[in-house]
Amino acid sequence: MSQEVRFYQTGTLTAGNRLLDPGSRTVQASVDRSNALTSGHRACQGCGEALAARWVLDAAMRATSGRLIAVNATGCLEVFTTPYPESAWQLPWMHSLFGNAAAVATGVAAAMRVSGRDVRVLAQGGDGGTTDIGFGCLSGMFERNDDVLYVCYDNEAYMNTGVQRSSATPPTARTATTPAVGDLPGNEFGQGKNVPLIAMAHFIPYVATATVAHLHDLEAKVLKAMSMTGARYLHVHVPCPLGWGTASEDTIKVARLAVECGLFPVFEAERGEVTSSRAIRRRVPVVEYLKIQRRFSHLFSGGRVDEARIAGLQAIADHNVARFHLEREESA
Amino acid sequence: MDKPFAITLDVGTSRANHTGTWRTKRPEYVDRLPPCNDACPAGENTQGWLYHAESGDYRVAWEALVRDNPLPAVMGRACYHPCESACNRGKLDLAVSIHAVERFLGDLAIREKWPLPAPMPATGKRVLVVGAGPSGLSAAYHLARFGHAVVMRDALPLPGGMMRYGIPRYRLPREVLDAEVAKILDLGVALETGRRVDDIERAMKEEGFDACFAAVGAHLANRVEIPGSDASRMLDALDLLRQVEDGETPRIGRRVAVYGGGNTALDAARTAKRLGAEEACIVYRRTRALMPAHASEVMEATEEGIQLHWLSTIQRFDEGSLVVEKMQADENGKLSPTGELERIDADTLVLAVGQSVDLSVIERLSGVHVKDGVVLVDAHMMTGHPGVFAGGDMVPSAEARSGSGLPARNERTITVAVGHGKQAARNIDAHLAGTTWKAPPRHELATYEMLEPWYYTDADRTVQPILARVRRQSSFDEVQLGLTEGDALFEARRCLSCGNCFECDNCYGLCPDNAIIKLGPGKRFRVDLDFCKGCGICASECPCGAIRMLPEEA
Repeated sequence: MSQEVRFYQTGTLTAGNRLLDPGSRTVQASVDRSNALTSGHRACQGCGEALAARWVLDAAMRATSGRLIAVNATGCLEVFTTPYPESAWQLPWMHSLFGNAAAVATGVAAAMRVSGRDVRVLAQGGDGGTTDIGFGCLSGMFERNDDVLYVCYDNEAYMNTGVQRSSATPPTARTATTPAVGDLPGNEFGQGKNVPLIAMAHFIPYVATATVAHLHDLEAKVLKAMSMTGARYLHVHVPCPLGWGTASEDTIKVARLAVECGLFPVFEAERGEVTSSRAIRRRVPVVEYLKIQRRFSHLFSGGRVDEARIAGLQAIADHNVARFHLEREESA
Repeated sequence: MDKPFAITLDVGTSRANHTGTWRTKRPEYVDRLPPCNDACPAGENTQGWLYHAESGDYRVAWEALVRDNPLPAVMGRACYHPCESACNRGKLDLAVSIHAVERFLGDLAIREKWPLPAPMPATGKRVLVVGAGPSGLSAAYHLARFGHAVVMRDALPLPGGMMRYGIPRYRLPREVLDAEVAKILDLGVALETGRRVDDIERAMKEEGFDACFAAVGAHLANRVEIPGSDASRMLDALDLLRQVEDGETPRIGRRVAVYGGGNTALDAARTAKRLGAEEACIVYRRTRALMPAHASEVMEATEEGIQLHWLSTIQRFDEGSLVVEKMQADENGKLSPTGELERIDADTLVLAVGQSVDLSVIERLSGVHVKDGVVLVDAHMMTGHPGVFAGGDMVPSAEARSGSGLPARNERTITVAVGHGKQAARNIDAHLAGTTWKAPPRHELATYEMLEPWYYTDADRTVQPILARVRRQSSFDEVQLGLTEGDALFEARRCLSCGNCFECDNCYGLCPDNAIIKLGPGKRFRVDLDFCKGCGICASECPCGAIRMLPEEA
């Protein structure tokens, strides 16, 4: 008659839980986390990228017992952490150019190897530095299978320079270069690229997507990636309150809605094949996700709702749900 | 001084940059009032004791529980748990089965022989408690804990009041009641049963009591005239229940009808069935929705085969049958007769048309005011006679007293009575010290909207095992059974901890600025205001609504 006693109160969805054994808590729940990205950085209030970068690096620091070097592309993450002479990084960290982070990381990994040191390398950048400017170097790093974990913090535009469109900007989103004017305001349908799928096409050991909406999932993927060698790619969805026009306290919530509506599929793949995906817990229509972001407000403004283009976004979500098998019976 | 080419400054840490200056709002940890606590007439800190039960610290949980209520095993069975109606989990899936966990803790304490917390040093003050029902027992317990000497008198042969003479044993086994009463008496409370107090003033003067708490239950049955009735075939529900309790066999026939729609009516019908009546039915003049009886009891009664006749008033009681007139109710619930008559087979009629308190003991005191069958008390539960306090069935419930705009319904439940006892004890204690008791300010209510329910995973309510129907119709064995330890733990862990931090680490893990300081187990968290930018993620992602954002002063 007695039921298995599980931590139903919060399951494993919160960062920690006093009733959970320490091994099942997140790195972020621990006072021993390295805080690789520490306080005093100049990211905006509620920055999803600053949060994700600390989660990723703290997990990687735990996996490598602190023997880790980070290489950074140009972008918000670089600018807000290192206004000379201050640094928010509490690990060896280097920055060269906007487009060469993957190549620099390759070189650092080679240097560690030839000097016989057991130090791992993690490269990171925003979507601009990854999907556009650094794409050639990234593809090269993948095809050579260099021992680097490359992490892309995707906030879907060039936020640092004033919210310009990138190849990760979703259709209909308003940016400085895709203004909300004309018959089809915002970014166009039929453009952009899906870098996780392109990374998979290199048949590298590990490709995964993650989000600030799921801390446990993100940490597990970093730990898994660090247990492997060769080229690995992690694509993290990080809301930007400034660029998306969301309230600073809604950063996690909007990331959660991106997953729950199907627009951001959370999955992992090994050697080109999808091996798992995270089921949607409570599916919502894309409207729920769009309507709390000012970058999509033109879809709802002027007394009319742009049904046709919302349906276009819903079709993308539906396609993701079908392709990654996101809607299934599974208790969370 | 010896720097590489083009380097002129040492590397500094960003921690020199106090981003707290950007802030326009600041997070503040708060303890809000969980709706269960808010709803409890006995003033239990329900969320507080569930918190300890969640970690399996059952003794700590029980001790936290009995700080407010010394009768958890009784209450876990006989309380109609308004806490569960208020429970925020009810908006997520189903309310936490608080009563089942309370009962588990109470039963465990009886089994493990845990004593109630020791009283404070003796004050030398003496208090007389009139009535050993739930209110009197509660007051006696709290007064004893304050260090006062308590003498509790009751006219009936055994303590418990309505818990013994009004609630049948299939709902409340007497071993449970006796065990919890014994724990209270173990604190040094003197119990004198079979001893009616007729003159409070004289008793106080002659025996040197410094204060008195009167808590007489509603043991008088209201009457209604029914033509054709023959006294030998009619009895009061209260008499029926009392005779069963005293081991006598009430004289009932094979077909028993009970007139009334309250809990006592249902208890009488279910008892008649257990005494061997082939048929037992309820006759009630209003609709089922307007029945004062609680839904769970109506359900259990119908499961046991009790027939229900709604919108019926009894016109006559003939030999072997009742003549009832069907009523109709308009949309406002106002009743009017239809003239349509029906016959219901019955050879015994049990009346359960309300109960009253014998106020004679208190009415004759100088200064005491009585209105509509209840004693008027002030905000401190004191009657117009200085030093004499009253509670339980004798006085209107708190909501009616406070003039809150709610219907002045004098809800007479064990839980209200226990709450009265606690309130009275606090006020008597203050009165004896020459001061007045002041209620601490209530925290802001933790509403469902303040929670982030995303973080609570799905968990169905645990269902208590129920005694097989056949045995329910033939014996006085307890109907609702208890939970196993595993189920009780599971159920406790369904608590959402509304408004009170349970150290889930979300604020600490989800701060983009590393501006939450974790203070360690049991010590919760602190905001590092040097670096907090006031983004509000901690507050919006706090599952239980224990953080609020306050505007910074300019």
